[in-house]
Amino acid sequence: MGRYVIRRLLQMIPVFIGATLLIFLMVNVMGDPVAGLCGDRKCDPATAAQLKKEFGLDKPVWQQYATYMGNVFTGDFGTAFNGQKVTELMSTAFPVTIRLTLVAVVFEIVIGITLGVLTGLRRGRPVDTLVLILTLVVISVPTFVTGLLLQLLLGVQWSVIKPSVSSEATVDELIVPGLVLASVSLAYVTRLTRTSIAENRRADYVRTAVAKGLPRRRVITRHLLRNSLIPVITFIGTDVGALMGGAIVTERIFNIHGVGFQLYQGILRQSTQTVVGFVTVLVLVFLVANLIVDLLYAVLDPRIRYA
Amino acid sequence: MPEPHEPAEGAIAGTGAGGAMDLAASEATTLSPDGTGAAGPGGGPGTPARSLWSDAWRDLRRNPVFIISGLIILFLVFISLWPSAIASGDPLDCDLANAQKGSSPGHPFGYNGQGCDVYTRTVYGARASVTVGVCATLGVAVLGSVLGGLAGFFGGAWDAILSRITDIFFAIPVVLGGLVLLSVVTSNTVWPVIGFMVLLGWPQISRIARGSVITAKQNDYVQAARALGASNPRMLLRHIAPNAVAPVIVVATIALGTYIALEATLSYLGVGLKPPTVSWGIDISAASQYIRNAPHMLLWPAGALAITVLAFIMLGDAVRDALDPKLR
Amino acid sequence: MATPASTAAAAAGPAPASALLDVRDLHVEFRTRDGVAKAVNGVDYAVAAGETLAVLGESGSGKSVTAQAIMGILDVPPGRVTSGEILFRGRDLLQLKEEERRRIRGAEMAMIFQDALSSLNPVLSVGDQLGEMFVVHRGMSRKDARAKAVELMDRVRIPAAKERVTQYPHQFSGGMRQRIMIAMAMALEPSLIIADEPTTALDVTVQAQVMDLLAELQRELNMGLILITHDLGVVADVADKIAVMYAGRIVETAPVHEIYRAPAHPYTKGLLESIPRLDQKGQDLFAIKGLPPNLMNIPPGCAFNPRCPMAQDVCRTDVPPLYRVTYEGLAAERRSACHFWKETLRG
Repeated sequence: MGRYVIRRLLQMIPVFIGATLLIFLMVNVMGDPVAGLCGDRKCDPATAAQLKKEFGLDKPVWQQYATYMGNVFTGDFGTAFNGQKVTELMSTAFPVTIRLTLVAVVFEIVIGITLGVLTGLRRGRPVDTLVLILTLVVISVPTFVTGLLLQLLLGVQWSVIKPSVSSEATVDELIVPGLVLASVSLAYVTRLTRTSIAENRRADYVRTAVAKGLPRRRVITRHLLRNSLIPVITFIGTDVGALMGGAIVTERIFNIHGVGFQLYQGILRQSTQTVVGFVTVLVLVFLVANLIVDLLYAVLDPRIRYA
Repeated sequence: MPEPHEPAEGAIAGTGAGGAMDLAASEATTLSPDGTGAAGPGGGPGTPARSLWSDAWRDLRRNPVFIISGLIILFLVFISLWPSAIASGDPLDCDLANAQKGSSPGHPFGYNGQGCDVYTRTVYGARASVTVGVCATLGVAVLGSVLGGLAGFFGGAWDAILSRITDIFFAIPVVLGGLVLLSVVTSNTVWPVIGFMVLLGWPQISRIARGSVITAKQNDYVQAARALGASNPRMLLRHIAPNAVAPVIVVATIALGTYIALEATLSYLGVGLKPPTVSWGIDISAASQYIRNAPHMLLWPAGALAITVLAFIMLGDAVRDALDPKLR
Repeated sequence: MATPASTAAAAAGPAPASALLDVRDLHVEFRTRDGVAKAVNGVDYAVAAGETLAVLGESGSGKSVTAQAIMGILDVPPGRVTSGEILFRGRDLLQLKEEERRRIRGAEMAMIFQDALSSLNPVLSVGDQLGEMFVVHRGMSRKDARAKAVELMDRVRIPAAKERVTQYPHQFSGGMRQRIMIAMAMALEPSLIIADEPTTALDVTVQAQVMDLLAELQRELNMGLILITHDLGVVADVADKIAVMYAGRIVETAPVHEIYRAPAHPYTKGLLESIPRLDQKGQDLFAIKGLPPNLMNIPPGCAFNPRCPMAQDVCRTDVPPLYRVTYEGLAAERRSACHFWKETLRG
């Protein structure tokens, strides 16, 4: 197990370097890294050249990348367009997005798994068909449309929620945005759970459990669920990283000042340091989430643990 | 016994931020968690591919889901080629005097914020979505299956490098990547958006293609052909490709729907298609500012978008059910 | 199709009072998208304590479905018992509530499945799975149940039971896994065991060991054993009597040695002739021509008639009842569902 963890950690390194380098190149080569530094006006050539020298932008790209990463690992993510430290922006933005993601994950677990188990056990019945159609619809309507519609209905028409979230972004304000963020994954968790339950239900070991005279409840919770939920749990785990990266749309709709908001501002104002910094952290979150999922997989499934 | 991280990979593939790309990737896990899928059993030395396809076709013709989604898609293709056949107006002919007006005779969906006819724009919007969806899917499918197929077939270092590269692409959240990459683009054609989707979409197909080629390679008749001295290109084209292509088609069909949704999402964020291109995403984005007063401006293009995405996902579902013998 | 039920019931007659299990005129149907499959069409058999009944037949003959109906583990839907009785110690199981049947399952009758790897839960240790029997049926604590599990593993002669009790099914060899299945079935010392192809998935060398273990435990606990198999070789050593099934019906029942000496049904005869034999080296192996019938469309008359070398017109119209087979020197009861059993017997 220990060797496995080390191997996975080593495998993460090239992926981390590759992904951050890719983003670094996109931002620095394709965009104009100093454009954002002169406020709203265009920089005059002399200032631009001086700024480039100051930030080391006249050096080759790989050297810039190395310097940047070196700084990142000492905790220096550089400065945003308004002179604020990027780390400062992160310290206000990440807690908000983490709260939002947690709300979304809770929805995935509670609603997604419950619906999946219910439909998986009642495959082919009306409930099953209804939920299947619902999940298809949720998957087909892009998140930003779902978000706008819920905002319209709950926020404007029925006034159940405030259409936009305050800067504190408390958990109760994030319930509807969290549901929007979770919606597609939620539908997917439902379908994955349903398929998994329906497949395992016909498995030989479930038949054995019934033949042993176990009560139906025990057959379902101890034998059927335990096996069926392994792929679901791993999906939800990997989804955490994707949700944080995808929160940008939800945050824009509900005006939530999280990671997506800061990134969007960074892109609008061409603040390379903000963009690269935030994306680097998101990539890291994604990779760590995947690592944890892999370890979790080994914990849940002895066939992998002892392989 | 699989590599410890392998079973989770199908799920990991779902990096689609905002849910645009993840469905296709994750649906692929139901199709073939280990890359088996349709190419797996039934591998007799005869022509397994042909019977698979004819069986699938027989199933499909009887499947109402396939017929309905197929008809919707045919209709969409028709109106994106000849929008004027069902909409007589000009989508760019707008009169601010009509801005935000509701429906009136001859203008069943009302007008948008610029005073353009919403019905005409909704009809003309199909073209951008269908073009982006079809071109991006073709690009992704070709690039992904060639790279993944070769990696699966030859294995070794080439395979290891490609696997790491796909890992890198999976680590970048799709919508974020789109924002970063497309924010510097000034062109108002569909090509940058398509290019971006191919760039970030191919690893998903390449993973599927790699898996199914590896499975097909292990079939007895392929081993037999190898033992009889068949050349590599011949083996790939005659024996492996026909068996490996089914899962790719399924995932690509579902992906097509998600690319259309992704285009709309990027357009909503202001980095996708740009006016004067007529697109549902642009119209939804514009309408979202007037959502309190004139929700009809949002509902029509959003409805059209949802039905389009739904049609492709349903088609993909139907094709998967028909091609996956395990589900029969 | 009204006749076979009544004739079969009449032919079977009252079961001996000592019968532990007495299945009477059992019918099971499966409803599928393509129609109704009649998997079991009037099966009668009885097993006494300490007796071994071998049920023989091709796949699709209804032998496993009958067993699942007895255990009460048919998938419902699509499977359904449409009529008949399953008398276990004199009580009709089909009349019991599900909760009462559950208490009988595992405790009073148990089942051993063919593929132990897939039949054991991959994510629970074998100790947990064995101990579960005691926790659920006997209300034991987990700790006591674990001790019982070790005891059971010792009993089925798994070496180093104490250490291996925490291991998972995939860490055992095929033979050891099947021993664990047997241990699980024996756990609560049931009076009836149904073993569904218990050795088919095993290596030939291991098959005999597992079979011997099963037979030994059966003798010790004086259990009734229903041994479902398609392997006539296994049957000869352990079974007391044989029931041959075809298309959901019993076509012949007989004491084991009688059937080997002279089969009274052309199907049994075909089965026996299709076993390779050392004493007939060089001869072509016999195979029954044709395919088993489609259960959605069973041929009228005798279901075997399209494949039968002796079929006459009557076989295509009249369903043969289970005739009582009699001849000089036959002590026990013997039956055959062939209009021409006398001719078949003569060979």
